[in-house]
Amino acid sequence: MAERKLFKGNEAVAEAAVRAGCRYFFGYPITPQNEIPEYMARRLPEVGGLFLQAESEVAAINMVYGAAGTGARVMTSSSSPGISLKQEGISYIAGAELPCLIVNMVRGGPGLGGIQPAQSDYFQAVKGGGHGDYYTIVYAPASIQEMVDLTMQAFDVAETYRMPVMILGDGVLGQMMEPVEFREPAPREVPPKDWATTGAKDGRAPRLINSIYLQPEALFKHNLKIAERFEQAKKNEVMCEKTKTDDADIVLVAYGTTARVCRSVMDRARAAGLKVGIIRPITVSPFPYNEIAEVARTARAFLTVEMSLGQMVEDVKVAVSGAAPVHFYGTTGGVIPTAADILERVEEIARAEVQK
Amino acid sequence: MKQVYSVPKSLQPRSTHYCPGCTHGIAHKLVAEAIDDLGVRDRAIGVAPVGCAVFAYDYFDCDFQQAAHGRAPAVATGIKRSVPDSVVFAYQGDGDLASIGAAEIVHAAMRGERITVIFVNNAIYGMTGGQMAPTTLVGQKATTAPFGRQKEHCGSPLRVSEMLATIPGAAYVARVALSSPGNVAKAKTAIRKGFETQLAGGGFSLVECLSTCPTNWGMGPYEAMRWLEENMIPYYPLGEFRTPEGGQNDA
Repeated sequence: MAERKLFKGNEAVAEAAVRAGCRYFFGYPITPQNEIPEYMARRLPEVGGLFLQAESEVAAINMVYGAAGTGARVMTSSSSPGISLKQEGISYIAGAELPCLIVNMVRGGPGLGGIQPAQSDYFQAVKGGGHGDYYTIVYAPASIQEMVDLTMQAFDVAETYRMPVMILGDGVLGQMMEPVEFREPAPREVPPKDWATTGAKDGRAPRLINSIYLQPEALFKHNLKIAERFEQAKKNEVMCEKTKTDDADIVLVAYGTTARVCRSVMDRARAAGLKVGIIRPITVSPFPYNEIAEVARTARAFLTVEMSLGQMVEDVKVAVSGAAPVHFYGTTGGVIPTAADILERVEEIARAEVQK
Repeated sequence: MKQVYSVPKSLQPRSTHYCPGCTHGIAHKLVAEAIDDLGVRDRAIGVAPVGCAVFAYDYFDCDFQQAAHGRAPAVATGIKRSVPDSVVFAYQGDGDLASIGAAEIVHAAMRGERITVIFVNNAIYGMTGGQMAPTTLVGQKATTAPFGRQKEHCGSPLRVSEMLATIPGAAYVARVALSSPGNVAKAKTAIRKGFETQLAGGGFSLVECLSTCPTNWGMGPYEAMRWLEENMIPYYPLGEFRTPEGGQNDA
């Protein structure tokens, strides 16, 4: 068994990326993710890699574009306002079908907002983010270990589907410490990078990394090709954890840090005789619509809990599709919901929907 | 029979989409000749801008990446840093480089990125249809400066080469004009020097090419060449502003 070490979330995600073969990091400082670039500045030279602090998030993501276009394993990280700046580049990376890893340690917004944890970038993360028709694969870990495990496979996944992969964390996951071990992910067969621009050597034809298709029919076809890869990801990559949903009357739906709070809500509700379960999406894009729909066949009510004013709840409603009422409880601005407040909401729902 | 001229091997044998009298074709040819002369076609990776040269990759016979507006120096940085033995050149216009991409070009120069930037300055936005650029001359008309650029309203044009020459990481910075056979010959030398600077690991190199845009200037090709010489060169003097051997403002 691999050694377990105490790691801060930000440093753990960086180390996991290095172990997954990431050799290039381009970033720009922003709280609460600064330990990622700081760790990479020390660590990457040890493995023959390169860290470069860019002049802006905009430049950093375009450096990622350039390096990804050569076939390199490359990443960047930021937090909400910085991710907004990167969206232009993420759209180009998606359009040019390049793999890369982007870490977003979400903080409260809008605007400069705050530096405390939030989940208010859900829409931006899972609905494409930048302009144009595309999706990215977005992981929402709930522990440092899970963040490590997902990061260890993120480059394989990005290269398989030729699209950006995002780790959607938050200030809590970035800043807290937990014991982790770095485990090799299940091996995947990753397609060869026969598109990488490394110089047209040995008589091969020149290659092009590009996202412009002026003919509407050509862009239509191109976008369908990207969409088809995401369809494959929907089939193969959806991850979600169900806890005690089999007999649950009320099902909590939460991801990341919020799901941790919901676990104690579930325990306390069960102790009080309320049949509560949890669905925790691990991929929030592609979203576990089918898994939630299946639970909706037996559950009496859903309660989506988020550190936002209600974003993922829209996807939960789509998944439940009217089979049961979908309620929402959220905190915003960097406030973490308390188990007591969520439990109160669960008890209200129980009185209205279950015990009526 | 002795062959005295041929199309550079690093250019694809096809006609371009550029307007009649536009100097992009000359700039493309000079870049391709430099790549041929230095024998680096199989190491060359170009970065195309947003602007009239967005389709530059259709004409060069080497690997290419197309960049977001103004971000070519950042993309070129990502390429060069991950493939250090590549020969990376960014090809940018004045809207792309001097306006939206001002930060990227300054910081690429600051880092001494071993890339070569071909900066095509025609004092106007071409592809979008003749809007004012940071390099538009005072008094010069543009669709967004219908009464001519007024200094009091939007300042004086940016002299990019002079600005970049103050940056220690910039190893070679020169301004040339694509307006006459003599000037084109000098431009060829400068572009080659830019690539040589990169190959020698000397640092950042940029060649600013004063260029024409007959379509958006509303002139014929000949008139445009004359306008360039009579109006642009006095404000944008030609020459080498920084050389690896030690130019002005050496830090």
